[in-house]
Amino acid sequence: MDISTGDTAWMLASSALVLLMTPGLAFFYGGMVRTKSVLNMMMMSMATVGIVSIIWVIYGFELAFGVDGKSAWYGAIKISDLGNQVGAVANNGGEYPIPLLVFAAFQLMFAIITPALISGAIADRAKFVPWTIFVAIWTTVVYLPVAHWVFAFGNKVGDVVTGAGYLAAKGVQDFAGGTAVHINAGAAGLALAIVLGKRVGWRKESMRPHSLPLVMLGAGLLWFGWFGFNAGSALGANGIAGLAFLNTQVAAAAALIGWIFVEKVRNGHATTLGAASGAVAGLVAITPACAFVAPWAAVVIGFLAGVICSVAVGMKYLFNFDDSLDVVGVHLVGGIWGSLSIGLFGSSAVNSIGLDGLFFGGGAALLGKQALAVAMVAGYSFFATLIIGLAIEKTIGFRVTKESELEGVDFNEHAESAYEMSGSTRGGSLI
Amino acid sequence: MKLVTAILKPHKLEEVKDALEAFGVKGITVSQASGFGRQRGHTEVYRGAEYKVDLIAKVRVEVLVDDSDSDSVVGVIVKAASTGSIGDGKVWVTPVEDVVRVRTGEHGSEAI
Repeated sequence: MDISTGDTAWMLASSALVLLMTPGLAFFYGGMVRTKSVLNMMMMSMATVGIVSIIWVIYGFELAFGVDGKSAWYGAIKISDLGNQVGAVANNGGEYPIPLLVFAAFQLMFAIITPALISGAIADRAKFVPWTIFVAIWTTVVYLPVAHWVFAFGNKVGDVVTGAGYLAAKGVQDFAGGTAVHINAGAAGLALAIVLGKRVGWRKESMRPHSLPLVMLGAGLLWFGWFGFNAGSALGANGIAGLAFLNTQVAAAAALIGWIFVEKVRNGHATTLGAASGAVAGLVAITPACAFVAPWAAVVIGFLAGVICSVAVGMKYLFNFDDSLDVVGVHLVGGIWGSLSIGLFGSSAVNSIGLDGLFFGGGAALLGKQALAVAMVAGYSFFATLIIGLAIEKTIGFRVTKESELEGVDFNEHAESAYEMSGSTRGGSLI
Repeated sequence: MKLVTAILKPHKLEEVKDALEAFGVKGITVSQASGFGRQRGHTEVYRGAEYKVDLIAKVRVEVLVDDSDSDSVVGVIVKAASTGSIGDGKVWVTPVEDVVRVRTGEHGSEAI
């Protein structure tokens, strides 16, 4: 198959867009913590860029998508020889007119942001080196196999498909990673929040976000990058990419409105943190569904994501776990809603490779498959992460000492501080 | 000599500073302060969770004056800082034993 330059150009651009989401996430999370731990929060995201990229070109891409793999549960177990594949085209349930290396680069960016998402659950209290070890193990044992279940449609030669992932082969619909990325990260976040325990002073002292402008900057970068995440998942510059692009926009917009609507009614004020959180919740929910539903349905899915997630972030107080930055309330709950929503709003009239959901005469069959995928990914991720987290905590220790936590992880883990307060008063400020 | 110390709402600082300059004080010291009085704190809401903010930002203004000026300076500060609402702050006066100008070594009223 000849390479399409248009498709290839879009996929290169998309890959760069998705990479930008991880530094964007660093701002989004960094603004939400206190001044004493903002650098550690941002470093947890940046470190995943370093670690996962290296793993990817050594064995990661093969373990998720390797064409030599024959299993439904993982790809090929081998060292990559991507340097010899420069002329190859991507084959994922059929050939795409883009280079295999571009497909590999695009998928790498997904593997980077997924563990970075988890870090929000353990803000202010994780040791840095154990976190990097966690990222390497979690990527290998959880992300790469789960990405294979969901994203690997197998190597198709003629009519023969080999090595398709279990959920992909079952016809589960997850266009850009509602299960493999968001539910996966959300369930892992819940497990790690339990392993590390609550922050000192949780619910007793104020843990207000130190910089909402940073949160807004991060939300903007995430939103921008998400167009690559969702529309890029079409693996080409075509109508489906256009549909995914438009649905991504309207779902995020509707969720922003949904979240601040709940806040205005419930608390009396529409907040900037609510607007930023709502947009991200909408982006999460539309991620699996963006290529399978009509734009009006994306509005409904997004608005309800804003409403559901704005209520879900309060669950941690009921169940008493310190998921510091609401990875569970936004990514797990938003991912579950988005994945199930395809079973309701999915329409084969919108996308010929899609299936009809409950509201379009397709019955409950698709909804059942989606629920299976939700349960499998959430269950595997939660228990595997619990084991990895406990193993690290019991051996080298995952949580910082109480003194170190009170003084701040920025200073104790990185020997830096984010802001020089005393020096900033000369010149500009009133006092 | 007296030390006049005022705890004020931050947005009133400019007016108080201008009024003190107009009165003719030779210098003031301003620092950031936080605390609570009868106003108490307020509540902020982040993602539905309420946080009680007990300590409110204030500014502390300190002025060294001659004994004879102290009542007038207190009056100037109170007039400029007052909004009539709760949380306007407090002004108090303490006696000062001695003052030394660092550059010249002058003592007492000469150093003010």
